[in-house]
Amino acid sequence: MTTDMKQVYAYPDALTEVEMRYCPGCTHGTAHRLVAEVIDELGIKDRTVTLATVGCSVYAYEYFDTDAVQCSHGRAPAVATGIKRVQPDTIVFAYQGDGDLASIGMAEIVHAAARGENFTVIFLNNAVYGMTQGQMAPTTLLGQKTTTSPRGRTAPEAGFPIRVCELLDTLDGPAFLAREALSTPPHVRNAKRAIKRAFETQVAGLGFSLVELLSTCPTWWGMTPLEAIKHVDEQMTKCYPIAVFRDRLAAQEGEQSAESAPGEGE
Amino acid sequence: MSETQRTREFITGNEATARGAIAGGCRYFFGYPITPQNKIPEYMSAHLPEVGGVFLQAESEVAAINMVYGASAAGARVMTTSSSPGISLMQEGLSYMIGSELPCVLVNMVRGGPGLGNIGPAQSDYWLATRGCGHGDGQCITLTPNSVQELHDFTARAFEIADRYRNPTMVLADAILANMMEPCDVLPPTEMPPADRPYAVGPHGQERERNIVNSLWVDFDEMEEVNLRIQERYRQAAEEITDWEEYGSDEPEVLVCAYGISSRVCESAVDEAGKAGVQARLVRPKTVFPFPSEPIAKWAEQAKCAVVVEASMGQFVEDVRLAVEGRCPVELVGHAGGNIPAVSEVVARILEMTS
Repeated sequence: MTTDMKQVYAYPDALTEVEMRYCPGCTHGTAHRLVAEVIDELGIKDRTVTLATVGCSVYAYEYFDTDAVQCSHGRAPAVATGIKRVQPDTIVFAYQGDGDLASIGMAEIVHAAARGENFTVIFLNNAVYGMTQGQMAPTTLLGQKTTTSPRGRTAPEAGFPIRVCELLDTLDGPAFLAREALSTPPHVRNAKRAIKRAFETQVAGLGFSLVELLSTCPTWWGMTPLEAIKHVDEQMTKCYPIAVFRDRLAAQEGEQSAESAPGEGE
Repeated sequence: MSETQRTREFITGNEATARGAIAGGCRYFFGYPITPQNKIPEYMSAHLPEVGGVFLQAESEVAAINMVYGASAAGARVMTTSSSPGISLMQEGLSYMIGSELPCVLVNMVRGGPGLGNIGPAQSDYWLATRGCGHGDGQCITLTPNSVQELHDFTARAFEIADRYRNPTMVLADAILANMMEPCDVLPPTEMPPADRPYAVGPHGQERERNIVNSLWVDFDEMEEVNLRIQERYRQAAEEITDWEEYGSDEPEVLVCAYGISSRVCESAVDEAGKAGVQARLVRPKTVFPFPSEPIAKWAEQAKCAVVVEASMGQFVEDVRLAVEGRCPVELVGHAGGNIPAVSEVVARILEMTS
């Protein structure tokens, strides 16, 4: 009988042991863990800078065991730009929510993406302002009740939800854009794959990368955690389809394999 | 900075500012176009790459100051320049930089206001610099040049001051100083000094604990501690860098106070008043935060009155009144909206006050 066992699962090195302040059933914790696993797998912890933003994840600098900068509401893409222009080899990721990124910070995210700034954005879309107690977000679904759309969001009153990936996909700057869901295990595994791809895109120096993660907020959706996961899969994905919108790393890998393969006509 | 290698040139205040920054070790510039300071970013876009630096035109002043925040957090000597409405937009970012104890240099070529105002010279952002810089307890250390030469020298020096006190440092000038040409002894570009910012973020291996740049302190006592540290640096700055210049009679009947472009007017007014038989002494702050209260108090003791001259409607005068502490009456000669006080009206007020 062998005692030579391989460790297949452990607490990520890139996460501190600080107790997270997220509500039960919230998927911020899942997102944090996936990002930390990717940082560990790529061996970049000592050259990564986490950008914490304003919202429920404001304490991200306490949870990720990396250097960190806390940013004002919506401005993380500008702060990331400043850091990367000084330290191009440092790995920078901004962890932004939907209010931070798609409302107050819309100018900064669009311009950083258009410039193709070489950093990564982890974009948590839970369709609500969590920290300030459940107000309507730019990504709130039509019909969704929030504390500032108490009868449900209607288009004549409050306009339509913003699809960030599709919007950024109109630009030439981004190198990687994907939307995944933090719901069932298969989706979570795909989310991790996308996050890893985004960081690899930055490590390869290809430019701007963003992963949108459809996330739960049982507290302000007024649901149990399981109902919230079901809501992500059944309702949110209708408005926000899961997709990899752009992957320039794959395009580059494709070129490389084409070059190395014995091609016809050579 | 290499004092011996200065070259005498005839240049605008904007160019003198840009070249002062490069001489001060600035290698990163983030800014957004606004008149009357556009020649600064234009100069930086052309010349920063020549010295291994980076120029980036931001999408807004809001983004520009946050890029400055990031670059400073990464350990760089970094600056932005703008004019009044743009500086308004940077207030939040400045507050974050003060709270996170990060240095940077910004230049405000003040224009007429409020609102969109105009592109004429004004001094109406005095409060924005010395009381503003966003929410919370904190100000910009503020330098007030009155010539193209001083724009150059003060900008160069501002980087060292910002680093020493870990606080945003503002060069407060105006549309005239920005665009007029004067002879200037120009410093050569100097290397950015090796980063001496143990608090900066970046690759570190196992050499140190992780660094966190942050202004969020939910614990009241921790937040107050940060405030006390900031105030202690302001107190140190008051001791170490408070600066002013005096001009005129040693036995004045009238104390004249003005900074920046208005102080140039007042030098002539002091001369004219002397010819008319009234002795006056000008105290001209070269820093307004920290503020040179001592010389103002000293001359107020023996003068019959003080005349304060500013291209705004009574901002700077409040600091003079606080320094005078009732020792003599304080009168304001103020203009706004692009107008600056004329020599003749300053002289008239001096004569009127002493008649």
